[in-house]
Amino acid sequence: MLTTVEIIILLPLFGAIVSGVFGHWLKKSSGYVATACVGAAWLLGLKTLVDVMGGVGVDENVYTWVSAGSFTASVGFLVDPLSAIMLVTVTTVSFFVHVYSFGYMHHDAGFARFFAYLNLFVFSMLVLILANNYLLMFVGWEGVGVCSYLLIGFWYERKSASDAGKKAFIVNRIGDFGFLIGIFTMFGYLGTVQFSEVVAKAGGGALPASAATGIALLLFLGACGKSAQFPLYVWLPDAMEGPTPVSALIHAATMVTAGVYVVARSNVLYTLSPTAGAVVAWVGVFTALLAASIALVNTDIKRVLAYSTVSQLGYMFIGVGVGAYTAGIFHLFTHAFFKGLMFLAAGSVMHAMSNELDMRKYGGLLSKMKVTGYTFIIGTIAIAGIPPLSGFWSKDLILAGAYHSHVPGHAALWALGVVGAVMTSFYMFRLILMTFFGQPRDAHLYDHAHESPPSMTVPLLVLAVGAIFVGGVTGYPLEHGWINHFLDPVLGSPDHGSGGAGLSPSVLIGISVAAGLGGFVLALVMHRSGRLGADSRQPIHKVLWNKWYVDEAYDVSIVRPIHRLSMALWTIFDTIVVDGIANGLGYTVKGISWVSGRFQTGRTPTYAMWMLFGTIAMIYAVTLP
Amino acid sequence: MLSDYLPIVLLLVIAAGFAAVNLGITHLVGPRKPNPVKLSPYESGVPNIGDARLRFSVKFYLVAMLFIIFDIEVVFLYPWAVVFKDLLAQGTFVFTEMVVFLGVLVLGLAYVWRKGGLEWD
Amino acid sequence: MFEIDWNILLPSLVVAGLVLVVLCVDIIRPDNKGGVSGYLSLLGVGVAIWVSLSLWGRSPTHGLGGMLFLDNYALFFNLIILAGTGLTIFVSTGFLEREEGGRSEYYLLILAATLGMMLMAAGADLIVIFLGIELMSIALYILVGFFRRRTDSNEGSMKYLLLGAFATGFLLYGIALVYGSTGTTNLREIELAVAQGRVYTHPMLLGGVALLIVGFAFKVSAVPFHMWAPDVYQGAPTAITGFMSAGPKAAAFAAFFRVMVASLGDLSGDWSGAIWMLAALTMTVGNLGALSQRNIKRMLAYSSVAHAGYVLVALVAANERGIAGGVFYLLAYAFMNIGAFAVIVALGRKGDENLEISGYAGVGFRHPGIGLAMTLFMVSLAGLPPTAGFFGKFQIFSAAVEAGYIWLTVIGVLNSLVSVYFYLGVVVSMYMRQPVGQAHAVSMTPFARVALLTASLGTLYIGLAPTSLLQMARQTVSALL
Repeated sequence: MLTTVEIIILLPLFGAIVSGVFGHWLKKSSGYVATACVGAAWLLGLKTLVDVMGGVGVDENVYTWVSAGSFTASVGFLVDPLSAIMLVTVTTVSFFVHVYSFGYMHHDAGFARFFAYLNLFVFSMLVLILANNYLLMFVGWEGVGVCSYLLIGFWYERKSASDAGKKAFIVNRIGDFGFLIGIFTMFGYLGTVQFSEVVAKAGGGALPASAATGIALLLFLGACGKSAQFPLYVWLPDAMEGPTPVSALIHAATMVTAGVYVVARSNVLYTLSPTAGAVVAWVGVFTALLAASIALVNTDIKRVLAYSTVSQLGYMFIGVGVGAYTAGIFHLFTHAFFKGLMFLAAGSVMHAMSNELDMRKYGGLLSKMKVTGYTFIIGTIAIAGIPPLSGFWSKDLILAGAYHSHVPGHAALWALGVVGAVMTSFYMFRLILMTFFGQPRDAHLYDHAHESPPSMTVPLLVLAVGAIFVGGVTGYPLEHGWINHFLDPVLGSPDHGSGGAGLSPSVLIGISVAAGLGGFVLALVMHRSGRLGADSRQPIHKVLWNKWYVDEAYDVSIVRPIHRLSMALWTIFDTIVVDGIANGLGYTVKGISWVSGRFQTGRTPTYAMWMLFGTIAMIYAVTLP
Repeated sequence: MLSDYLPIVLLLVIAAGFAAVNLGITHLVGPRKPNPVKLSPYESGVPNIGDARLRFSVKFYLVAMLFIIFDIEVVFLYPWAVVFKDLLAQGTFVFTEMVVFLGVLVLGLAYVWRKGGLEWD
Repeated sequence: MFEIDWNILLPSLVVAGLVLVVLCVDIIRPDNKGGVSGYLSLLGVGVAIWVSLSLWGRSPTHGLGGMLFLDNYALFFNLIILAGTGLTIFVSTGFLEREEGGRSEYYLLILAATLGMMLMAAGADLIVIFLGIELMSIALYILVGFFRRRTDSNEGSMKYLLLGAFATGFLLYGIALVYGSTGTTNLREIELAVAQGRVYTHPMLLGGVALLIVGFAFKVSAVPFHMWAPDVYQGAPTAITGFMSAGPKAAAFAAFFRVMVASLGDLSGDWSGAIWMLAALTMTVGNLGALSQRNIKRMLAYSSVAHAGYVLVALVAANERGIAGGVFYLLAYAFMNIGAFAVIVALGRKGDENLEISGYAGVGFRHPGIGLAMTLFMVSLAGLPPTAGFFGKFQIFSAAVEAGYIWLTVIGVLNSLVSVYFYLGVVVSMYMRQPVGQAHAVSMTPFARVALLTASLGTLYIGLAPTSLLQMARQTVSALL
C-alpha cells in the first residue's frame, strides 16, 4: 500500500499526466482534475502536519534505484517538523493559486498545458522538500527549475518571455553546478547523502571544519541561484514575464524559498562552519538592501513585488545565516501567505487594467476593487512588519536572532536589517498609494476597471486571513511561540552569543515597529505632496531606476566577453577543429560502415565462405597458443 | 589405444587397394569400342526415351520426408524390441514409454492426413 | 530404475503437451484460421510461466539419465523464452490476418520452437542441446518463410536453412570431437574429465571446442557467422523477426554460456581470447552495419548482431556479475526488442509494411502513444538511463572491468556511443521530420495493444526497479560457476 507521503507526492504527478496527456480532450475539465489533485494533497498535507505534531515522523526508503559499491541512489522520504511546515506552506499556496488560475487563465488557449505544468511543478516541489537525501532533493531541485523555465516562458510566442525563461534557466545552472559539486564533495567526505546519516556523521565529527565550510558554501551557491540572492538574483525580476499565478506560486511563495530550505536542512553543516553562516547572513542582508533600494523607485507593479521577494528572501538568509533557522523558516512560512496574496492581488489589478503593469497609470482603484484593494493592503501591512499581522512576528524573530548572534558584525547586521525594513514599508505603501488611492491617472483604463470573478477573489480572502493570523497564532509569544517549540528540536534554538547584552528585547521590538511605521509615514507624506512615482533628476534616483546597473555590468563583464570568446571559438576552433574532428569521425565511421556493407553481398555462397574463414580462424585461435 | 585400430586400417587399405588395382588394370588393358547403343543408360533392356535429368514433382519431397520420419521410427523400435522383455520385468514403464512415442507419431500422421499431405493432387 | 523426477521435465512437458493440443485442434478442424490455437497457446504459455516460477529457488538437480537440469538458470531462461513467445503471440494476432489470412500452423511452429529453446536452456547433455537447437531451428526455417507468396520471405528462409545446416554440421562435428576426446557428451562428465585431465589428446578437444563455438556463434549471430541475420530478419514476417531476436537468441546464449562456463570453464584460458575477438568484432560490425541502414528491420537486425556482441562481453568476463549481467540483459533485450517490432507491425499496412525509417516521419505526433513507446524502446536499445537497456549494459561492462578486460569495455562503450546515432535517428524521424503523404489510421487489435503496453512497462520497470530481477539473475549463476 502507498503511504500518505507517497500519495501526496503522486497526486500532483497524476494530475500533471492527466491534464498533460488528455488536456486536448478534457479542455477546461483538466483544470478541475489538476485542482482536485492539489486540493487532496493539501488536505493530506494538513493531516501530515497534525501527525507530526503528534510525534509521528517518517523516514523511509521506498526503493533503491542503483546500488554500486558504497554508493546507493535511493528514493526515500522524510517527514519531520521542517518538511511538514514546508509541505503545508507549499500545498496551501498551491491549492489557492490553482483555484485562482481558473479565473485568471480562463480565456487562455494553453489552459490545460498551464495546469499540467503547474501540477508538475507542485510534484517536483514536493519531491524537493520531502526527499530524505540530497540526491533525490536534487532531482526535485532540477524539476522545479525546469517547470519554472516552462512557466516563465509560458507565452513563448512573446520573445521577452522566452528570453526571461532562458535567463532564469542559465543563471540557475550556475547555482546548480555549485549545488551538485557540494553534494559530490559531501559524498566524498561522508560516504552518504542521506540527511539522517549526514547529520549523524557530520555531527559526530567526521567532517573537518574546512570541508564543512566548502560544502556549505557550495550548497549556498546553489541556494543563491534558486532563491535569487546576490549575485544570482537577476533572473527573478525578469521572471515576471510569466503568468501572474506563476509569479505568486513559484517566484514568491515556494520555489524561490527552496534555497532557504536547503540551508535550514543542512543546518548541521552551517553550525560546523561559522564562516559559511556569516557569508550567508551577509549576502542575505546585502541582497535585502540592494533589492529593496531598487524597489523604491520602480513603477512596474510586478517588478516591485519581485524585488520585494528578493529582499525578503535576503531576510530569510539572514535568519538561517545567523543560526536562527527557525526564524528563517518562520519568515518563509508567513511570507508565502502575504507575498502570494499580493501577487495574486496584483494579478487581479492587471486583470482589471487590461494587463497594464505601470503603476503610474493606476490610481484610485480602491472604490472599484474593494476585495482586491483591502486584501492588498492587508498584505502590505503584513510585510511592513506592523503588529499584529504575520510579517511582524517572523521579521522580528530574524532581527532579534541577528542582533543576538555570534556572527561578526551582528549589530551592524541588525541595523541594516532595520534600514531594510524601513525601505520595505516605504516601497510597499508607495505601491498601495499609487494603485488604490489618489486620482485615476488614466481615465480610459479606470473606466474599464472592474472587480475580478469569485474564483480569483476567494483565494485572495483566504490568503488574507492567513496573512493576518498565521504569524501571531504560531509565533506568539516571540521566541517562545508554537513554531519555536515545533521546529527547534530539528533545527536547534538560536544561540544567543551576546547573551542578551545590549538592547533589551522590548526595545528591539519597538525599533522594528517604528521602522515599519516610519516607512509608511514617509510614503504618505510623499504621496500627499505628489512626489510618489514622479521622475527625479537626482543621480541616486537614476542609479536606482537603472537597478544599480547590475544587468549592464554583467553584460559588459561576463556576457559580452563570453559571447565574443564563443564567437571566436565558433569561427576558428569549432568550425575547423571540432567540426573537422566530428564530421571526420562521422564520415570515417560511415565509410567503414559502407565498406563493411560491401561484404553483405546477398549471395549465400559468399556467406558460407565467410563462415568457413571464420571457422578456420576460430580453430586457429582456440587450438594454437 | 590407437594401435587397437590397426587391423581396421589395414583392412581399409587392402580393400581400397584391391578395388583400385582391378579398376586400374581394366582401364589400362581393356579394349574400347564405343557406339550409341553401348553408351545409352541401361534401362532393363527397354529403349530409353529422353534425358535422365528431368524435373521431379516437388510432391516427391513431401513423401520422402514422411517416409524418413516413419522409417526412423522403426529404427527406434528395433533396439526397444530387443530389450523389451528384460525391462518389462522391472515395470510397465518401458511399455508406456513406447506407447507415448508412437502416440505422438500417430498424431503427426493424423495431422498430415487431415491436412491433405497424403493426397497427390 | 525408472524413477523420474517429474519436476525436471515439467516446464518442457507443459509446452510439449501444448504442441500436441494445438496439433489436435488442427486435426479436428483442418481449415481453422488459428484463432483458437492462438488463445490456447497463450493459455499454455501462461501455465508454463507459472510452473517455471513455482519451481524457482529449489536446489539444482538433474535427471532423466543426466539429460536435463532443473536449476534457476534454466528457469530464468524459461521465463525469458516464454515471455518472448507470449508477447509474439500477442503481436501476431491481427498481423497474420492482415498479411496472409490466418493459418493455424503458425502457432504450432512457434510453440515447437519454444519447446526447442527450453530444452537448450535445460539441456545437460550436448545431444539434448543439439536436439533443442534443431527443433527450434527447423521451426524457425519454416516460420521465416511463412509468407509463401513473398520472394524475400522465401529467400530468407532458404538462406537460413542452407547456412543453418552448415552451422549444424560444425556444431555436430564439434560434439563429435569433444566426445572423441572425453568419451562423453554429458556436460557434467565433460567438466569432470577436463578437471581430472582424463582427456584423450588435448588438441582434439580444443578443436571440438572451437567448432562448438562456431555452432553457437552462428545461432547468436556473432561476426563473422552473422551474415544470414540481415537477410533473414528482413525477409521474415515482422512478428517472427521480433520473436527470433528474443527467445532463440536467449536460448542459444543459455546453451552457449552453460557449455562454455560450466563444462569447459577450466579451458577458459584457451577460449576466452577467441571469444574476446568474437565479441569485439560482433559489437563493431553490428553497430557499423546498422549505421547505414534505411530499412528499420534491417537496422534492427544489425542491432541484434551488436547486442549479441554485448552479451559475449559477459561471456568473456565469465564472472558472477558478468553472467548475471548477461542473463539480465537478455531479459531486458527481449522486452525492448519485441516492443520495437510490435511498433513496426502496428505501423505497417496490408501490402505496405512501411519499413523505411524515413516513412516514420511525424509518427510521434500522429500516433503519440506509439511514438512514445518506440522512443522508449530506442532509448533503451541505445542504453540510455533510466531504461532496461542502460542497466543491462551497465552490469555487463562493469563485470568486464571487474574481470580486467578494460579494452574490451572501451570498445563496447565506444560502440554504444555509435549506436545512439542510429537508434535516435528513428526518434528524430518520428518527431522532427515533416511527414510525407497523409496519415494512415493505425488499427491495433486489443492483443497487440497489450503486447505493446507490456513491453513498454517491462522496459521501464526493469530500468527503474532492476533490483529484484537482478537478484534473480544473480541466483542463476550458481548453476554455472
